[in-house]
Amino acid sequence: MTAPTDQQSTDDQWRGVAAEDTEQVDRAVGLKLKRRSLALLGSLLRPHRRWAALGLAMVVVENLARLAGPLLIAVVIDSGIPAVLRGDPTVLAWCVVAYAACSVATAGLGAAFLVLSGRIGQDLVLDLRQRMFRHAQRLSLSFHETYTSGRVISRQTTDVDSLNELLEIGLNNLMTSVLSAVGITVMLLTLDLELAGLTLLTSVPLYFATRWFLRRSNQAYRGVSGRTATVIVHYVETMNGMRAVQAFRREGRNKSIMDGLNTRLRSSAHDSLDVVATFIMSVRLVGNLSLAAVLAVGAFRVTGGTLELGVLTAFTLYLRRLFDPLDEVAMFASAYSSAIAALEKISGLLQEDPTVREPERPRALPPHRGGLPVEFSGTEFRYRADTPVVLPELDLAIPAGQTVALVGPTGAGKSTIAKLLARFYDPTAGQVLLAGVDLREVSDVELRRSVVMVTQENFLFSGSVADNIALGKPEASRAEIESAARAVGAHEFISELPEGYDTDVRKRGGRLSAGQRQVIAFARAFLADPAVLVLDEATSSLDLPTERVVQRALESVLADRTALIIAHRLSTVLIADRVLVVTDGRVTEDGDPADLITGSGHFAALHDAWRDSLA
Amino acid sequence: MEQTPTMKALRKVVPYLRPFSGRLTLAGVAVLGSMVCGLAIPLVLQQILDGPVARRETGPLVWLLLAVAALGAAEALMFYVRRRLVAGPCTAIEARMRADLFAHLQRLPISFHDRWPSGQLLSRAVSDLATLRRYIAFSGIFLVVNTVTLVLGLVVLFVLAPVLGVIALICAAPLVVVSTQYESKYALLTRRAQDQGGDLATVVEESVLGVRVLKAFGRGPHLARHFAAQARELRGTEIAKVKMVAVLSGSIVLLPELGIAAQLLFGAFGVADGSMTVGTLVAGITVTAYLRWPTESIGWLLAETNQTETAAARYWEVREAEVTITDPERPRELPADGVGAVRFDGVRFAHEGAERDVLSSVDLELRPGETVALVGATGSGKSTLAMLVPRLADVSGGRVSVDGVDVRDLRLADLRSVVAMAFEEPVLFSASVRENVALGAPEVTDEQVREALRVAQAEEFVDRLPWGLDTRIGEEGLSLSGGQRQRLALARAVVGRPKVLVLDDPLSALDVHTEAEVERALRAVLTGVTALVVAHRPSTVRLADRVALLHQGRIAAVGTHEHLLKTSAAYRDQLSTEDEDRAEVAS
Repeated sequence: MTAPTDQQSTDDQWRGVAAEDTEQVDRAVGLKLKRRSLALLGSLLRPHRRWAALGLAMVVVENLARLAGPLLIAVVIDSGIPAVLRGDPTVLAWCVVAYAACSVATAGLGAAFLVLSGRIGQDLVLDLRQRMFRHAQRLSLSFHETYTSGRVISRQTTDVDSLNELLEIGLNNLMTSVLSAVGITVMLLTLDLELAGLTLLTSVPLYFATRWFLRRSNQAYRGVSGRTATVIVHYVETMNGMRAVQAFRREGRNKSIMDGLNTRLRSSAHDSLDVVATFIMSVRLVGNLSLAAVLAVGAFRVTGGTLELGVLTAFTLYLRRLFDPLDEVAMFASAYSSAIAALEKISGLLQEDPTVREPERPRALPPHRGGLPVEFSGTEFRYRADTPVVLPELDLAIPAGQTVALVGPTGAGKSTIAKLLARFYDPTAGQVLLAGVDLREVSDVELRRSVVMVTQENFLFSGSVADNIALGKPEASRAEIESAARAVGAHEFISELPEGYDTDVRKRGGRLSAGQRQVIAFARAFLADPAVLVLDEATSSLDLPTERVVQRALESVLADRTALIIAHRLSTVLIADRVLVVTDGRVTEDGDPADLITGSGHFAALHDAWRDSLA
Repeated sequence: MEQTPTMKALRKVVPYLRPFSGRLTLAGVAVLGSMVCGLAIPLVLQQILDGPVARRETGPLVWLLLAVAALGAAEALMFYVRRRLVAGPCTAIEARMRADLFAHLQRLPISFHDRWPSGQLLSRAVSDLATLRRYIAFSGIFLVVNTVTLVLGLVVLFVLAPVLGVIALICAAPLVVVSTQYESKYALLTRRAQDQGGDLATVVEESVLGVRVLKAFGRGPHLARHFAAQARELRGTEIAKVKMVAVLSGSIVLLPELGIAAQLLFGAFGVADGSMTVGTLVAGITVTAYLRWPTESIGWLLAETNQTETAAARYWEVREAEVTITDPERPRELPADGVGAVRFDGVRFAHEGAERDVLSSVDLELRPGETVALVGATGSGKSTLAMLVPRLADVSGGRVSVDGVDVRDLRLADLRSVVAMAFEEPVLFSASVRENVALGAPEVTDEQVREALRVAQAEEFVDRLPWGLDTRIGEEGLSLSGGQRQRLALARAVVGRPKVLVLDDPLSALDVHTEAEVERALRAVLTGVTALVVAHRPSTVRLADRVALLHQGRIAAVGTHEHLLKTSAAYRDQLSTEDEDRAEVAS
């Protein structure tokens, strides 16, 4: 994007300042990006190389057949017609048959090539989509937290689409244009050197026009796409935040911001249209003038007898074909630059390494019923090498079947402990052990079967209520799903939905309240029936009657399994066998809840405050 | 084609075109001009070949050659003029229509926005309007001009030599039919591909937004299989599309070429028996080649017309959605000495088309300066009741009044300057902190923003942000924690010092610590302000002077927390955990 002018920066004031867009790159990095995206393209193409070679052969033949046309017309004019005048129509007949045959070959091969290249292109896109999807799922949460969801999504949607678009319109046209340009040039040179030389002179202005156009259109394209993106962001945020917009009378302000963004988008779009207009005009102009020039020289030479009339005709026909595909360079250029930009970003995402990796040779957990013991041994954690330690050397053993509650102020590291146990992160030092096995050595399948974490974030996927509960155990029967829902007190409200368990939850569960979504998330976890259950503020959005039901369910469910509970509601904490008070990443109190209450520590103080709140 | 019944959607766009009618007409003339020039070049070519070249005389050659150069230059220039003339109007119309849509959407009630996913609204503002722009700039003009050119070209051919004209006509007719038929089938496939692409995008979106859940249950591979199946379906549709394109482009190449072969055959015999000149044959072949694009484009342009009509219909569907919450015709003023008394009188509310009332008859009075907590089971209509005060929804019966004036008799701007609101889910925009708090109200000073932040316990963390008040937050900027987001939303609610505050359970996402801090600050602000606080927690209820229990669409009980705990069983069920927990602590 271009550097903002003063005017723009005042217009932009409302947006505030953000870190420099990391995707703005200098030249050296640009080269690296290009290499990286070419490598990706190569790896995508490799399995298809045989078919691609066949396709290439087809285009070559197609173009040869296409090029034969004007030549045959020349033969008809120069030898066929004189022969017919002499009463011998064989040359003419052969030429017409050959012309028809070439037409059929051109059309047939062209169509076949389209299908072939379309197939290769679609296989390539499918491959890329799957690679990205699986890769994004493999990447660790630390990546997802810094990369922002919007960007991961657009990598997998709009960026793949622009590659698809290039494959759809661009590749075909490019190959045909290049091949026919080469073919026509060769043909012209063999037909007549002088006229060919004259025609080739046009390549000088065309070269400069094309160079100018590619540079300017790239710029214009970036302008349009960047500004479209800002319009979209503003638009979507306004729609999603309509309650706040209307309640706080932001309509007017929004409108003037939108007008500003809209005007800038408009001027970019206008610029890009102008660039295309100028380019197309130049190509046409050069083409038409060169036609006039060829005609001039040719006509004089035909009258002088040094050139055949048919050759001149063939030349004029070839000229048209030489310049026509150049028009399409415009379309190709914008598809190309957006696809290249997309590939650079896609290859960047694919290059990210998951920091939490699946073990190559996993160790099996010992056979068990009910809970599994958990141990933190010298566990240290920091988010990045340059950020402070969140958890300094934690040593904690939780015997199988124990329910442990973590309490303490925000930022003390409670959630970090939970996330380490669910292996959302790996410790920077020390180990987290499940039944004596380091979590890093447990296969993902076994780990997820054994440890399930429920957070305050109660994401629902589109589909029915039953589908969403079944996420905990995809092979579950309807009866199992219902009994899980009953256990957490969700059965009642689910039955009241228009289609009961088959009711579509709509986008992100929009049909349900936050509390209801949370209860469904609980049902999911109960259905999964893990050996270790981790609850991170999982009850905080429930109202009290619902919380009571969930609490009762928890008490029976937790009886024979290991659990780690983080809650700021002491009512939840009190169902634990053991309470740990965490301050600044260290366990400062550890004991039976009843004992701690009677003591004088942090937990006793918290409990008193809570009791007061009820009075 | 069968688009006539809905063709009116496209006609409704005409008022937007009117300011540019002169330029658009000129653009049409320019295209026609360029086409005429293009068609004339082969005719001059014929003159050159049959005149000077055939007779070996160079005299008139110069003029004819100059004519070719002039026609060539004119064609190129007209191309340019057409594009330049159209660029301004089409981008301006697109921008104007988008701005109007945006303005309309901002006036539509929340009930509309709850029904319509933002993606649907966005596609109308972006892709549908882009379709319309392309149509105005390109397809609309070419549909007319190409038809004229095709007719004109055929006339030229017939004049040159009837046999050449007949051959061209025989080849052009099936091409128009094939491409027209093909386009309607292709449009169907395109729509299917779009739908499948949309479904695929939904899976991607959910897989990213729900990545924690997927990881927690190890369901990533499961979803990946589902995704792969859908992606393969899309691939199938795309390949079907390519196959159709291949057949069409095959016939587009084949038919005119076969026509030229036939022209060559008949032309050569014509030249041989003297009924035709070489120049005529060459000109005929050149004209036929020139007509290829106008011929093949007609089907495509008709389909484009259809698609544009659909796009326009989608646009107007939203533009014409009724704005149900509007300023009254004869607005009343709020009393100058208003104190912010809020009353609900027999308020009834039912969602549009729903059989059951959410609120059947709510009577509640908020005395000036008083804080009332609204308590009720999930789904009892607490949030709906709260939305009625700033008229984010309108009552179905009864009335809500502020200082004795029915809220529907007030100008929306007046009402909403007196009533401020905070929501369960804090909404932040990709803008600076200042903008997010002041929301663009010009009269709000930095000092007021800071004071509001202080009240909401947010000043400290805002000062620690890299650019303070100027830091961009939201999806496009720095991400904040749930508690920080809610504190900013609270700051936003108090910044205008409104007389009435409606807080829809704004503390639910905060942890004990922050909640306590925000509560303390709010307590200070709540003095002198009438407030309705939706609550589902005892700690939130503590903010209130009185508590109202919403039960089965009515206010079942009003009183202090202690009073209600003693007297109302329904209230105890909602808000008391005490007894059971005592029992547990003791055990």
